[in-house]
Amino acid sequence: MSIILNNISKSYNKVKALDDISFEVKPGELFGLIGPDGAGKTTLFRILTTLLIQDGGKASVAGYDVQKQYKDIRNHVGYMPGRFSLYQDLTVEENLNFFATIFGTTIEENYDLIKDIYIQIEPFKARRAGKLSGGMKQKLALCCALIHKPKVLFLDEPTTGVDPVSRKEFWEMLKRLQQKDITILVSTPYMDEAELCDRIALITNGKILQINTPEAIIASFPKKIYKVRSSNTYQLIEDLRIYPDTHSAYPFGEYLHFTPKSEVFRSMDLTKYLEERHHKEIEVKETVATIEDTFMDLSKAHE
Amino acid sequence: MTKDNMIQVQNLTKMFGDFTAVNNISFEVGKGEVFGFLGANGAGKTTAMKMLIGISKPTHGAATVAGYNVLTEAEQVKRNIGYMSQRFSLYNDLTIKENIVFFGGIYGLSSADIKEKSQAMINELGLHDMADSLVGSLPLGWKQKVAFSVALLHNPKIVFLDEPTGGVDPITRRQFWEMIYMEANRGVTIFVTTHYMDEAEYCDRVSIMVAGKIEALDTPKNLKGQFQVDSMNQVFLKLARNIE
Repeated sequence: MSIILNNISKSYNKVKALDDISFEVKPGELFGLIGPDGAGKTTLFRILTTLLIQDGGKASVAGYDVQKQYKDIRNHVGYMPGRFSLYQDLTVEENLNFFATIFGTTIEENYDLIKDIYIQIEPFKARRAGKLSGGMKQKLALCCALIHKPKVLFLDEPTTGVDPVSRKEFWEMLKRLQQKDITILVSTPYMDEAELCDRIALITNGKILQINTPEAIIASFPKKIYKVRSSNTYQLIEDLRIYPDTHSAYPFGEYLHFTPKSEVFRSMDLTKYLEERHHKEIEVKETVATIEDTFMDLSKAHE
Repeated sequence: MTKDNMIQVQNLTKMFGDFTAVNNISFEVGKGEVFGFLGANGAGKTTAMKMLIGISKPTHGAATVAGYNVLTEAEQVKRNIGYMSQRFSLYNDLTIKENIVFFGGIYGLSSADIKEKSQAMINELGLHDMADSLVGSLPLGWKQKVAFSVALLHNPKIVFLDEPTGGVDPITRRQFWEMIYMEANRGVTIFVTTHYMDEAEYCDRVSIMVAGKIEALDTPKNLKGQFQVDSMNQVFLKLARNIE
């Protein structure tokens, strides 16, 4: 196993940031930690990268214990923290050289690994990192985290605040890195990115809600789910909230996702109810759950 | 400007040296409309927004917000709008109540008014137990809901929201949008940026900026029709990719 966590806990004063977390990541796996701000993702990353000591439990990375063998771990992992981690007043090339030197290597030695990404920022190699656009900073930070050919790569919210186009490109880069036998643990608050991982852990308030492949997590959604829309979305939310058979009703893009309480729910009953309330262009259709539906359902049950 | 337009933008341009950050954009936003202002990182959204809220001067072109000219009446603009962003919204080391008093004061509300409004807000958000806690100790989603209400304290006609839901959990994110709908229903104009494309679908109309220009502007439904795709995410990818 590339990463093993056994009953890891960590508290800050009275706040339990991580509460008895256990899971394993296989070699070469692209594993996603999916959860909102404050879920405990960064605390977990800091423990695994030996920057923070857990209160309880054991963890190992690339076969090394995070406490006893922290120096070995540091040589074998790459870490891209959520906040920009580079030296703002060094140039692109100087940053990369700096990280290579620290790890006792050179840009040339592992150029193959970063080539795909680096050629995109190479035209700006003389520019100071502080003057790069968000997307380019992110690419440079990834190159710096990779320059010593780590066995395990930790990426803490690499796509937060990044637009959909750059996010898509970033995930394509990760898929290519995976081909080069690097284990990747990545966190994201964007639920749609979960589907790009081999396996995911849904995490909230320091607890893991579920761990599985994205497909299996979607398939485990316990209820029938319907997409509903009408010409007045705001009124539709209000009316679904007071509909007697509503278990949940959440906006989902142009539709609302609706789950009924009863097993005997019929979509024609809901249509009739909405017609009585003067909705127009009513549509009620059964649909498939997404990771986000599952996340909301599980976190509601956990409250 | 027609009576119902809360934002009117004509040929608005901003240059930094010889770099054109915002290139000749024009659009209008109506009263009570939820207007989504989308674009890739670096497309010029923030620069455009800064001009609309009166803190950056246009190089060319003109804009009126809530009836005031952003160039010549910037102070009036600031008094008549609300603003919140992901990066800055409230003071973490003040309590919820203290933040309300502080921002109420900044916007020139009387103390009787502040008292009444903070009570109403605490009731509406169900914050009785937390009113005296430091804002820094709140979960991000709660913080953003409070920040939104604080941005509305002085009854602005327009609220500017700069990525208000980034990193917020999915349930709270939706509650936040329900608050947006409620305000829009009351006639408040909402100008919002987001990187969540499902949220783009919640807007009445959406504009997409690419390299300083507005390359698309319509209802989500019409945009999907125009680009022959099923989701705003695909519209966004198609537009931003094609132009590069």
